[in-house]
Amino acid sequence: MTATLEVENLRTHFFTRAGVVKAVDGVSFAIGPGRILGLVGESGSGKTVTGFSIMGLVDPPGRVVEGRILLEGRDLATLDEDGWRAVRGRRVAMIFQDPMMTLNPVLRIDTQMVEAVLAHERVSREAALDRAREALVKVGIPSPDERLRAYPHQFSGGMRQRVAIAIALLHRPALIIADEPTTALDVTIQGQILAEMQALVREAGTSLLWITHDLAVVAGLADEVCVMYAGRAVEQGPVDAVLDAPLHPYTRGLIDSVPSRNRRGAPLAQIPGNTPSLLALPQGCAFRMRCARATETCLAEPPLYPTDDRRVRCFHPIHAEDEAWTG
Amino acid sequence: MSAAPVPADAPESPYARIARDFAASPLALGALAAFALLLLAAVCAPLISPQNPYDLAQLDVLDSRLPPGSTGADGQTYWLGTDEQGRDVLSAIFYGLRISLGVGAISTLAALAIGVAAGLAAGYFGGRVEALLMRVVDLQLSFPAILVALILLALLGQGIGKTIAALVVVQWAYYARTVRGTALVERGKEYMEAARGLGLPASRIVFRHLLPNCLPPVIVVATVQVAAAIALEATLSYLGIGVPITEPSLGLLIKNGFDYMLSGKYWISFFPGLALVLVIVSINLVGDRLRDVLNPRLQR
Repeated sequence: MTATLEVENLRTHFFTRAGVVKAVDGVSFAIGPGRILGLVGESGSGKTVTGFSIMGLVDPPGRVVEGRILLEGRDLATLDEDGWRAVRGRRVAMIFQDPMMTLNPVLRIDTQMVEAVLAHERVSREAALDRAREALVKVGIPSPDERLRAYPHQFSGGMRQRVAIAIALLHRPALIIADEPTTALDVTIQGQILAEMQALVREAGTSLLWITHDLAVVAGLADEVCVMYAGRAVEQGPVDAVLDAPLHPYTRGLIDSVPSRNRRGAPLAQIPGNTPSLLALPQGCAFRMRCARATETCLAEPPLYPTDDRRVRCFHPIHAEDEAWTG
Repeated sequence: MSAAPVPADAPESPYARIARDFAASPLALGALAAFALLLLAAVCAPLISPQNPYDLAQLDVLDSRLPPGSTGADGQTYWLGTDEQGRDVLSAIFYGLRISLGVGAISTLAALAIGVAAGLAAGYFGGRVEALLMRVVDLQLSFPAILVALILLALLGQGIGKTIAALVVVQWAYYARTVRGTALVERGKEYMEAARGLGLPASRIVFRHLLPNCLPPVIVVATVQVAAAIALEATLSYLGIGVPITEPSLGLLIKNGFDYMLSGKYWISFFPGLALVLVIVSINLVGDRLRDVLNPRLQR
């Protein structure tokens, strides 16, 4: 089975006046049809820029400087602007973070959805409207006819995000990139949307790249996970394996930072220090300054170690016996 | 299923909401009504004027400089008096309103079109286009409007068309700067990225998604600028370089009567001046209210 999306050694850099910001610096992953990959990291770790790179939406001064992005076997780097436009929205769709801003506030829902259909298919307005109605039903919006004539401000955040998902589904894309679409929502709505997304992509065989900082979401939703830190993929593998037995100290720290993992009354665990500025990354491993396991070896750039189906970028990965020892 | 708050009333467009908010202010409604009346008087001038002020055959020199309310040689009443050629001041004001409002509206629309196009191009495409356009705007705005208009009219000569052209040149920069500022903000919003993510063509993104969201501040600037354009045209005409004397605007009517102000014949200048003040104040009041209604920071 070939992967829907293959990203190989992606590097997206921003050439600013203050220097070159290596927002994404060597990220590789693949997503098969119907599979869900969780791309996890803190703010500024490059996860959103990775999504934008796949969409071809990186604006100057940013540029994809290296790497290949293969969508359904086609190298996206070879596309011109028209080629990109034929791919965006049709083969790969994106869902954004802020439900308040993801729909145009001055256009009615039907206008926006019909426009999205007509951007890629020559059908009548009525046919496009039917498609829009179907898509709204599919994402669980009641009385779609009434909803179609409404403006975005008349919808709740969760409803708006459902509409955004419906728009993304219009052309049955091979890949959907979701950039923290549930972060701004209530947990109950988040739960519903996660469950519906999971069902929708399984049913349609769509691949889903779910960008988030929330490990709990990844644990419940994704098949595989890729953890990013300071522009690099530090650990990736099947979601259960990575979350149950993380190899990278950063992944371990992320998991320990989730409050529910701590015993009641015990102080919450945290990763000391801050994410380094992408303009002044420390030499060698970017996590070195915050890592309890760091040694002089870490002054060199750690390579990505493949271990079975896992990959980790660390000289001193955590092993099962260490875990038993540290408790 | 999530229970989203469902508004009971029919979907209300953003424009309907703006209209409702606008009507909440009696002063603004009154100003709008006054402006509508003035506009109606201008449009219907040939129907409601007692006399055609451009038709010299209808003028009677014997009736010159009559005070308001006096009866002329042919028995008609001059409600606002007559000027030195025996022209009915009321009729002259109706026709003058036509010229003043027409020049103001046409020049504003033309300047709006040019300014919005330039501002959108600068805001959306950025880079060199933006740098070039905005430096031209800066240069233009560093000169006083009246000076630029005076120089242009000195070069072009008199005439309604030339006055309009001068007003357009003076005004487009305001719109360009306003639109560019808004476009820069709107461009960074997610719905713009989402529109690009849908694979929509650039022209559609600019005109369908960017432009409508940039309009509110431009509408406010435009209402204020219409008033400014009318005032500037009146100034230019008063100085004798605006519209020709055969088609007097309000500014020219004021000028014609100004010589008689000190000899007690105030009405020849006063009533056209009053009309001009009414026009400008009513437009500005409407514009102020629009600014309050359309400014997202003042809402809620």
